[in-house]
Amino acid sequence: MNASVRIRTAWAHRLVAAAAFAFALSLVAVMFDMPIAASKLSAQVMASLPQSGVDHPVTAVLLNFRSYDTLLEIGVLLLAVFGALASFDTPAAAAACVASTANPLLGSLVRALVPLMLLVAAYLLWAGSHRPGGAFQAGAVLAAAGVLLRLAGMVPTFLPPNVLRRAALLAGFVIFLAVGLGALVTGRALLEYPREWAGSLILLIEAALMISIGWILVSLFMAAPSPVIEENENT
Amino acid sequence: MADWIFDALLSGTLVWVAWRALAATDLFKSVVIFIAFGLLMSLAWVRLSAPDIALAEAAIGAGLTGVLLLDAIGHLRNRNRPERTEE
Repeated sequence: MNASVRIRTAWAHRLVAAAAFAFALSLVAVMFDMPIAASKLSAQVMASLPQSGVDHPVTAVLLNFRSYDTLLEIGVLLLAVFGALASFDTPAAAAACVASTANPLLGSLVRALVPLMLLVAAYLLWAGSHRPGGAFQAGAVLAAAGVLLRLAGMVPTFLPPNVLRRAALLAGFVIFLAVGLGALVTGRALLEYPREWAGSLILLIEAALMISIGWILVSLFMAAPSPVIEENENT
Repeated sequence: MADWIFDALLSGTLVWVAWRALAATDLFKSVVIFIAFGLLMSLAWVRLSAPDIALAEAAIGAGLTGVLLLDAIGHLRNRNRPERTEE
């Protein structure tokens, strides 16, 4: 009885795998069948690049031509971190909070790496205007520096939210929205930057986005209660 | 020609590493292979001349996601410690 059930599930697995494979193959076939896009989007982007205020087409699309999408993206990130922080047991975390560097080698490595990472983040932010880079990558590097600091035990495992940290969470979305609404108030379309200011406005928005993305990602990591204490008992 | 060989090797390795990440029975091993997959994937984005996505993939896909997954494994191990004999 048991053996026959096992054989049946094995057959079901094979059937599902075959169906998935067939589906993947048909997707590939459809991809080959699709006509090449009629509108020359990349040509359009390159043609309007001088108006965007930046020299890199990807940044121009993300922060100017399709900036509404980017605004909504940072909104989604913000909602995610609200959810994570709301389900977070603050008093327990504050009670379990420790800051201890067990390993001197790790400590000195992190001391050497973190300033470099800050420099890389600043460079990525600046580079975004004319070459690959930008706020999301810079924010991710900042967040990685924060995560490294926490894993090395060089910052407390939990930092209670205060005005500054809440402002860091909100800065990107609020400044982005303020710039967008400012355009609306001065009689333009939402998020339509004045052409002569476009470059500086994009840099301002990206700087705020970088801080917010970095801090949001670090907060998401910190909102997970730390297993470090129990592991120390183990070893 | 060298490009073709590199691309073929890269895509073959990607599929193989993805399979290993899925098939590994040890969660820790699986996550480490997933991080390696992210790094290879960012190389693939570079080959597709999308350096922006490559940067994001390396930083978020391989770095932060890997750290979060490792953190999650730490929690799972702590939770399962009383039943460790079953492992």
